[in-house]
Amino acid sequence: MDTTLSRTISLKVNGSAVQATVDVRHTLADFLRHQLELTGTHLGCEHGVCGACTVLVDGRSARGCLMLAVQAHGREVTTVEGLAGADGRLHPLQQAFKDHHGLQCGFCTPGMLTTLSELLADNPDPSEAQVRVAISGNLCRCTGYQSIVDATLAAAKSMRASGAAR
Amino acid sequence: MSAHGPSSLKPGERHNGDANPRRRFVGQSVTRLEDPPLVTGRGTYVGNLNFPHQLHMRVVRSTWAHAIIRSIDVSAALAHPGCRGVWTGADVADIPPITFRPTSVKGLEPYRQYILARDRVRYVGEPIAVVFAEDPYVAEDLADLVTMDAEPLPVILSADAPPGEFAPGLSTEAVVMRKAFGDIEAALRDACKVVEVDVRVGRHSGVPMENRGALARIDHSRDVLECYGQGKRPHAHRDAVAALIGRSPASMHFYEGHIGGGFGVRGEIYPEDVLTCLAAQRFDRPVKWVEDRRENLLACNHSREQHHVVRGAFDRDGRLLGIDAKLWHDQGAYVRTHGARVPDMAMGTLIGTYHVPAYRTVGYIRMTHKTPAATYRSPGRFESTYACERLMDAAAEAFGLSRIEIRRRNLIPKDAYPYARAMDILDHPVELDSGDFAGLLDKALVHMGWEQMQAEVAARRAGGECVGLGMGFFMEKSGLGPVDGAKVTVDTRGKVQVITGASSIGQGVETVMAQIAADALGVEYRDVKVIHGRTDLLEYGIGSHASRATVMTGGATRMAALNVRRKALEFAARHMVEAPVELLDIVEGQVVRVDRPGEPGIPLGKVAAALAPSPETVAFGNPGLTAEGWFETAGMTHPYGIHTALVKVDPETGQVKVERFHVAYDIGCAINPMLVEGQIVGGVAQGLGGALYEEFVYDERGEPLSVTFADYLMPTIGEMPTVDVLLTEDAPSPNNALGMKGAGEAGITGVGAAIAAAIDDAIGIPNAITRLPVTPQRLKALLQEQRAGRT
Repeated sequence: MDTTLSRTISLKVNGSAVQATVDVRHTLADFLRHQLELTGTHLGCEHGVCGACTVLVDGRSARGCLMLAVQAHGREVTTVEGLAGADGRLHPLQQAFKDHHGLQCGFCTPGMLTTLSELLADNPDPSEAQVRVAISGNLCRCTGYQSIVDATLAAAKSMRASGAAR
Repeated sequence: MSAHGPSSLKPGERHNGDANPRRRFVGQSVTRLEDPPLVTGRGTYVGNLNFPHQLHMRVVRSTWAHAIIRSIDVSAALAHPGCRGVWTGADVADIPPITFRPTSVKGLEPYRQYILARDRVRYVGEPIAVVFAEDPYVAEDLADLVTMDAEPLPVILSADAPPGEFAPGLSTEAVVMRKAFGDIEAALRDACKVVEVDVRVGRHSGVPMENRGALARIDHSRDVLECYGQGKRPHAHRDAVAALIGRSPASMHFYEGHIGGGFGVRGEIYPEDVLTCLAAQRFDRPVKWVEDRRENLLACNHSREQHHVVRGAFDRDGRLLGIDAKLWHDQGAYVRTHGARVPDMAMGTLIGTYHVPAYRTVGYIRMTHKTPAATYRSPGRFESTYACERLMDAAAEAFGLSRIEIRRRNLIPKDAYPYARAMDILDHPVELDSGDFAGLLDKALVHMGWEQMQAEVAARRAGGECVGLGMGFFMEKSGLGPVDGAKVTVDTRGKVQVITGASSIGQGVETVMAQIAADALGVEYRDVKVIHGRTDLLEYGIGSHASRATVMTGGATRMAALNVRRKALEFAARHMVEAPVELLDIVEGQVVRVDRPGEPGIPLGKVAAALAPSPETVAFGNPGLTAEGWFETAGMTHPYGIHTALVKVDPETGQVKVERFHVAYDIGCAINPMLVEGQIVGGVAQGLGGALYEEFVYDERGEPLSVTFADYLMPTIGEMPTVDVLLTEDAPSPNNALGMKGAGEAGITGVGAAIAAAIDDAIGIPNAITRLPVTPQRLKALLQEQRAGRT
């Protein structure tokens, strides 16, 4: 067994190239939060159930708590901080969450947004049932989910209208 | 706080001469001011905060449910190169046990918890040691190196088991509480029928998405110990923690930041909160503690576990003559911050919405070897509403009346308000301020299409489906007073700052306060910045609990804003405009003349600038466009509602699917209906959790079995039905100018009752459900028993 306790990794985070030395036992979420100071990725359970730490790895949703930072070597990671445009313009989902009261305490919100941005990238016109399936692995303790579904459908609509689907 | 402006309100003067409050933002579903940082990943949850040179604290927890501590071995941890310290009970022997809030309930003191266990441990998860390291991963390594040698003692895991020994010579029955009014013996004697139910609510809790955490440091420039991460009751907790660690309250401040959900459990003062502050003081370094989810499920307060036996004495028409109730309350291992508040509220609210001439209740508050229990959203009321509504369903069956008719016959009539009951809840006399329950029932039945729902259910049953309807009626209490204050200041750019003693735990308090302040002052709500949860900016504050913030802090915010408005108008009239004050108004942030519409006004920022300290402004009263306001109310407000569930049962698996859920709720005055609806739908989700899925299960040795989200099942979207909300404003509270009542608990209170009734209806067995949560295993066993009994 290799006893080296750290590795240097190169990856892209929210569009920027990052090179960093990480402890091999650090999770991707802890690396993002504490080394890169991208604290928008929240840890709700650290055993992969709650979905708060969901990030996109090469465009696919992944649990930041169940991946080691070293496993992100060579990958492209998107966090909630990377959803808005470079000009600060909110992603339509972020806007719709505001407009439709899709959040209360905001703790699950980053994971909801990343998960749903994957859905809308794949499927610009999801049904309500498809939205519900998409967030079936994300726990929210405040909203009862209804307003999150409403927000997502509204975001999809506005993205289709503006042709801005990412 | 400083003195008010020249013609400020006296405390207690409620309407401030503004008998017809303007409503531009109040009542509107405006979007939240809180959201921009939260949707962009810029939240300031305590786990996101760091200070240079900080230490990380990790708690070592008991793996025994009940044992005498023989020794704790910390040598291996101390030998680790990354170790910066290890404490056990002996190292904090000077710290008194955690205090509870003032109460008239006697005898609870011996049951308080020390911040680290001393000679005994009494639940799995009890802190026995803390370790400190430079790195959180290393802190976890250190915690694994601490071992405890112990001598196991017998465990008590149920409040209705015979009491045992808490400590030598001290029973696990901490206290027996009683409340009563009227002649219950006569009621039982004169009754045509006495109906009894024997029902249980399982152990579950708030379980917010954000785990607990704290970050404390000493700011030497001010000699102040700062603590980040406390929500809900910052002022009370600051005072209590300061007393425990020997600081004066003025040398310690709490800063709330973003809080990832409250739901009651942030109201406790936990050992870890005290330990973090103490460590910052002793190490003279910033100290950070963030628990993991397993710790949260083991050590954050549990709630709800009660056993109720309720007897209703009814006359020949099914009208209540009296209720005689008993309650066994499982307090867990210790009494902490909330004392006996939860059973007190359960006992005080059990008779809910009904006119009950005689009532007697006895509560056995008993300690068990499980996680300490305290408040969870609708504390005591979720439980008592379930028990009372089970009684009313049983009475409907006993009298052959419909479940709605038995309730109609017993509702408190509209003209009986204010409706006093000769007993106290939390040492406050009970007086229900306003209500029209029958009116709400009529509206609810029309709104949800009750007759059609019943027809639909009948048709589906005929087709072989196992479906049913159930209702839960409830009376809530909100706006716990008696006094709250706020301070409003307008800066020279016309932006408004409201400093409140409220707490934001995700419910939208900033937006609601901004709406209230904006209307009172005459500005745009987006120009109002609301500060909360900071003990350094306001000397007093009572936080956010018991659905109190909108009523109490909203009342204070409105008073302060009206005082600022009055000050601006009087100063402008005297020094800036040639006009009497009666002809001035503030519209969209400008002082304007009401007799000259269209004429340019004076921006409030200019008035604020003119009010800068000067001989003239000192002579006027006091400088600055700023004022405080106090709101006081003698009584609580009492919103009320009806929950209705449509469920489908799979008789083979025992699974319950909730297909539809209706909430009818009278809130008096909804400041922001969208936010109220958000509170209600979210509350329903939590209620469904407690009714069907969530339970902290223990094995016979007291080992907790629900320590991950794979074992403690909170509703996902897959379990959520469509929730339909009917919000009415038919019974505004006479206790405040806007008629407001609280919203925080409306979604959860009646869920257990409605679900139990709906399942009874679906399976066609009256009074079948006597225990929550109705897990598939339990329901399947019940149905099998029933079938076996039939054959």
